Amino acid sequence: MKEFKYLITDPIGIHARPAGLLAKLAKSFEGTTVFLTKGDQTVKASQLMKLMNLGVKAGDEVTIQVEGGDEDAALAALEAFLKENL
Amino acid sequence: MILIQGKGASKGIINGPLYFYKKADTTITKTTVDDLDAEKERLEAAKAKSIEQLEALAEKAREEAGDESAILFETHAMFVEDDDYVETINDCLEEENCNAEYAVKTAGEQFAEMFAAMDDAYMQARASDIRDVTQRILNNLMGIAEGGIDSEEPVILAADDLAPSETLQLDKSKILGFVLREGSGNGHTAILARTMGIPAICGCGEELTEAYQGRTAYIDGETGKVVLDPDELTLTIFRNKFAKQQEMKELMETMKGQEDVTLDGRHIKVYCNIGSPDDVTAVLNNDGQGIGLFRSEFLYLKSDDYPTEDQQFEAYKTVAAAMNGKTVIIRTLDIGADKQVPYFNLAKEENPALGVRAIRICLNRPEVFRTQLRALYRASAYGKIAIMFPMITSVWEVRECKRACEAVMKELKKEGLPFNPDTELGIMIETPASVFMAEELAKEVDFFSVGTNDLTQYTLACDRQANDLGKFFDAHHPAVLRALKMTADAAHHNGIWVGICGELGADLELLETFLAIGIDELSVSPASVLPLRAAIRKSIAKTCTLDKLECK
Repeated sequence: MKEFKYLITDPIGIHARPAGLLAKLAKSFEGTTVFLTKGDQTVKASQLMKLMNLGVKAGDEVTIQVEGGDEDAALAALEAFLKENL
Repeated sequence: MILIQGKGASKGIINGPLYFYKKADTTITKTTVDDLDAEKERLEAAKAKSIEQLEALAEKAREEAGDESAILFETHAMFVEDDDYVETINDCLEEENCNAEYAVKTAGEQFAEMFAAMDDAYMQARASDIRDVTQRILNNLMGIAEGGIDSEEPVILAADDLAPSETLQLDKSKILGFVLREGSGNGHTAILARTMGIPAICGCGEELTEAYQGRTAYIDGETGKVVLDPDELTLTIFRNKFAKQQEMKELMETMKGQEDVTLDGRHIKVYCNIGSPDDVTAVLNNDGQGIGLFRSEFLYLKSDDYPTEDQQFEAYKTVAAAMNGKTVIIRTLDIGADKQVPYFNLAKEENPALGVRAIRICLNRPEVFRTQLRALYRASAYGKIAIMFPMITSVWEVRECKRACEAVMKELKKEGLPFNPDTELGIMIETPASVFMAEELAKEVDFFSVGTNDLTQYTLACDRQANDLGKFFDAHHPAVLRALKMTADAAHHNGIWVGICGELGADLELLETFLAIGIDELSVSPASVLPLRAAIRKSIAKTCTLDKLECK
């Protein structure tokens, strides 16, 4: 399992659009499960509604964990996505 | 040849297939099912169809407006497949052994509530996305066509009559015209048709039977004729008239960009009446100079519960911004009488037109009024909004409305939210009492707008919904025109402007009378703007007379 931390800078946070894109991305890695943690709550990044329900806003730090499959590739793709969109 | 004679309610001539509107039964009851697997199959099929529809919508949005708008539908499609949402539906199915409709509705409500409970306004608003998606799956389960019309090509919509909440949900791009068994020329479907600029015929009666479903009909909204299988002569007359209509439309195009001014230099404000933000397109297409009446009821009619301040704010802001600095007069809630909204739980009245409606509801329920006023004032920061109060009879009512506005402005100031403190306030003149009190009322407000439909109804004691009052319901009655003159004189005497926002404003036969009375603004359906402009530009205000106010 590999992980990294990311500070959200988008003013509205993980709103519907990036949440949708993130969930789509998280589902796309074969054999890899992606988790997102904010504070003491962890959800699978592919669970769109739960992900939105975390209410992640600007200034929140989230932890992304990947498990199984090509972890390095998934991690790199996710990091690039967060930087680009959030 | 089959000829059905109805009453013309909106001008225009068109032919197309008849489509009979089916009232959607959307009530969902819980039933126990024997074959759970069959139920699961139905659910899967409905989900698959929903995703297919959403992907098509996303594709369409992408072509028309780019990636940003497509993503909304893509997100909705992802909701349909969301693991937790699906799991909740499936659990409900298995535990309760119930029908798929009930399971979907229960899960949808649960997730919508979860979002509504978040302490973030943006996420709270996502509850409506969940409800939207849930409704789509339910519609597919129950076989309800989206937009109410299950046809690929545009149709002539036939029905008994249509309630305002029903017309709001119709896919307007699929409607060529309306033919109604019941209804009146002043009913809401007629008003909608005039806004859309398409023909409507009402009062067709039982001759209009569902056996004609799918048959090609030729309709003329001026003469009120509905014809099937026309003979050669009828067809020739129809075709000639249709050609003339197209010619006229082209001629009217030349009126775009021209000023609304008489030959002797009197400027008239030609504004539009609209019923929802969607109608703004028609206003801009027809070169309306502003919006003289934006009926805010649509917000209340289309939802199952009180619309929130944010929902209202978004709608008002959208219209104000789209009009780009041009005046937008928004009328506060005008329900009651013929416009009923279930969740208001209004008591059943013997004479609803004379009952607790419009401003009376607002003054009785300050919390409902406050929410709307807050939304209106917040939107006033984004364009030139004016607020108009309906059904006024007394000076104290206006003062109470103004106090409510003051209170709302104070709140917004304290919260640091932007608004325009000089937002103009006006009232509708639609009761005889307001005509008699016009001198005093004019001292309280910035403008008057005469609602001629209700003013005629109350002045002549003629129910505007009634179908058979015929010659007794005379919109040109001198009593109504004299009421207009009294109103205009009082307005001008006190230095405020006066307009007409009822159907009468588009009546070209009365234009000279209006000019003689000194009406400053005419607010009409978007389709009437250019013909009205053409007539104004041919008139000489100075030579207009008050003949029609006399009793001949």
